[in-house]
Amino acid sequence: MRPTSEDDLAALVRGATGPLRVQGGGTRSEPSEGEVLETGGLSGIVLYEPAALTLVVRAGTPLAEVEAALAAEGQRLPFEPGLVGALLGRNGASTIGGVVATNASGPRRVQAGACRDSLIGVRFVDGRGTVIKNGGRVMKNVTGYDLVKLLAGSHGSLGVLTELAFKLQPIPPATATLILPGLTPARAVAAMSAALGSPYDVTGAAHLPGTGTLIRLEGLAASVAYRVDRLLVALAPYGQAVVERDAAALWQAVRDAAPFHGREGDVWRISVRPSDGPEVAARLGGEVVMDWGGGLIWALYPAGMDARAQLAGIPGHATRIRGTAPGIPALPPEPAPVAALTAALRAQFDPRGILNAGP
Amino acid sequence: MQMPAPDARTLGRKAAIVARLREVLPADAVIDDPVELRAYECDALAAYRCPPLAAILPRSTAEVAAALKVCHAEGVKVVPRGAGTSLAGGAMPSEDSVILGIARMTRVLEVDYADRIIRVEAGRTNLSVTGAIESDGFFYAPDPSSQLACAIAGNIAMNSGGAHCLKYGVTTNNLLGVTLVTMAGEVLEIGGAHLDAPGLDLLGVICGSEGQLGVVTEATLRILAKPEGARPVLIGFDSSEVAGACVADIIRAGVLPVAIEFMDRPCIRATEDFAHAGYPDCEALLIIEVEGSPAEIDEQLGLIRTIAERHTPVEFRESRSEEESKRIWLGRKSAFGAMGQINDYMCLDGTIPVSALPQVLRRIGELSAEYGLEVANVFHAGDGNMHPLILYHANTPGQLELCEKLGAEILTLCVEVGGCLTGEHGVGIEKRDLMTVQFTPADLEAQMRVKDVFDPAWLLNPAKVFPLATSAGRRGN
Repeated sequence: MRPTSEDDLAALVRGATGPLRVQGGGTRSEPSEGEVLETGGLSGIVLYEPAALTLVVRAGTPLAEVEAALAAEGQRLPFEPGLVGALLGRNGASTIGGVVATNASGPRRVQAGACRDSLIGVRFVDGRGTVIKNGGRVMKNVTGYDLVKLLAGSHGSLGVLTELAFKLQPIPPATATLILPGLTPARAVAAMSAALGSPYDVTGAAHLPGTGTLIRLEGLAASVAYRVDRLLVALAPYGQAVVERDAAALWQAVRDAAPFHGREGDVWRISVRPSDGPEVAARLGGEVVMDWGGGLIWALYPAGMDARAQLAGIPGHATRIRGTAPGIPALPPEPAPVAALTAALRAQFDPRGILNAGP
Repeated sequence: MQMPAPDARTLGRKAAIVARLREVLPADAVIDDPVELRAYECDALAAYRCPPLAAILPRSTAEVAAALKVCHAEGVKVVPRGAGTSLAGGAMPSEDSVILGIARMTRVLEVDYADRIIRVEAGRTNLSVTGAIESDGFFYAPDPSSQLACAIAGNIAMNSGGAHCLKYGVTTNNLLGVTLVTMAGEVLEIGGAHLDAPGLDLLGVICGSEGQLGVVTEATLRILAKPEGARPVLIGFDSSEVAGACVADIIRAGVLPVAIEFMDRPCIRATEDFAHAGYPDCEALLIIEVEGSPAEIDEQLGLIRTIAERHTPVEFRESRSEEESKRIWLGRKSAFGAMGQINDYMCLDGTIPVSALPQVLRRIGELSAEYGLEVANVFHAGDGNMHPLILYHANTPGQLELCEKLGAEILTLCVEVGGCLTGEHGVGIEKRDLMTVQFTPADLEAQMRVKDVFDPAWLLNPAKVFPLATSAGRRGN
């Protein structure tokens, strides 16, 4: 099914007699039962006001199309959404709706916030087939409950996104990346914490095996040059950093967990407080990519094995992004009272349980 | 302001309810003396007052949970209260409700500079969060103008903003986790020191839910290293439209100031009479603040000057010292006080798309003339969050009602141009009955369903946010 208007989509959901599998570009969606409901027919930019840093776009619009339109005006989505197609071995063009449904947020999350922080409005069709809007197209809005955040990262389980509003960011004229080679995970996290805890407005802090520990600065040219100098001094205890003017490919590799593309094994995505990052790396033992100053860890782990069991006692959560294993759920189990709230919310928005109901 | 009729059964059981609360709380944590209860009869929306049934001041999450269990069992409504600084009536009690004040829970529980977080009890004031860490070079970014008094619990309830949120975001962008006690007395940990949620983003919907989903007793907040310095520039224009166009150009050029504040002529005049900040006599004035090292500040201010000069400003005053910075901010920071000196005023809080600024200012001027009530505009121009101040005389019969009517027209205008009713103050009781201007019945139904999940009996702060007629079927009596 591929509706071409919000009304048609609502009618399809209302009339559905069985489970639906909501799909944008098919690069991110988890396996679930049901007839495929494609959002690609709801495509296009609805409103773009560069002087107000505001974009309203239909959910089925390809991410690449959105990014190209913004780049033409010297702007971008602040949260640097990644692409997981190559990691998961899937073809297809990621859609902006899929980005929001998974709250996909890249290295700039540490400074500019996640997808959910840039998302300022949504329209969606809930599991009853009702069109609902929340938020709007202004940056500051506390009118009523913030369902915008609730929908971001809801994996299509509360409703089918139809239209999304974002606040944008100008692309800064200058950028530089400091690369510290050869640090252990513990030293890397210490260096990243020092950088992120400095006044120098770091917009990325990651650890890429084989390359080094990366610290990114962005802004006006003289300002970036000044901050590079200051950080070279501040990070001297961690070694002599190399300064790279164009490190976009490295940040893309971090963002998309590129070192694990096409490799054997499961891939886990683990979210912890940064200072627990080295402990996570040590317990898992294998290869890891660290982002968000050590707070986000991508780990390559033997197929079918339970990485989560190794991490007991460390606050945070682990999701298996790639791979399957009987008895080991991909999504982290929630504490019972939270799981009860989550289930009750799903029942309110999708009482028939037909949207992305899981395998 | 219409409020639901109090529940006669609850009023009749007051003594028994207070006795049960005393069983689970220390003696000094339960207040039922009518004189002492006067302190809780209103918040900063002081035009509306009603003493509560009782007030409780617990000192721990366990005490909050125990008290809520009692209220839940008794079917008593509970109104959570931080510091009582809400401008929207968010903490206003009803006669049949218990005020749950969190003001005694003020401890700092954890500070971790490596992970850039602070965990505090939610009764702690906003400014004292920064106070606990600033000697180490860190700060907590959201800075509502009531920050000296307002509590983190209230900031979370209303998703408070502030002058500097253009760069740093509002409360929800700086909140990582909460301890939440539900109306049934269950204690939940949502989020933590890590950056994202594993499942549904419950934290995102709790923040800004105006105390209707649960009572937040502890919060994990993101903290940042203080910038090396900050300096404002003041730019005067002979028309509001031109000032608005200048703001758009600055944003478009990729400069990201931490604050862009706007004042119009009525506001400039009143603050000049009051604070003598030496502001130019002009139609519109911008205060723009940038941050960084001295050289970085010069670079940004240079860009802003180039852009501003294209709009032929009548004044461009760049701060060169701490003293000059203070003078530039003095008038803006005294604006509300200055207005209070000359009149009673109502402060609105709608947000509009920045592009609609000239049109909205013109229309507000027309409405002001129609109603015969002066309106002064002072607002956060970078993000379109307006604060029109309607001046009126509270002692003149009919003026409050006239002022409210004008306020409703201005907020409706904000929605019509693509904006919203409230950018940072919250709905509370103040804008409750305007919600149908912005939302369809289905939009409101979706929001109310969230409350159904967290508080099925609608006992927590029930007569707020949603129009009374819309929530009537859920609120019981």
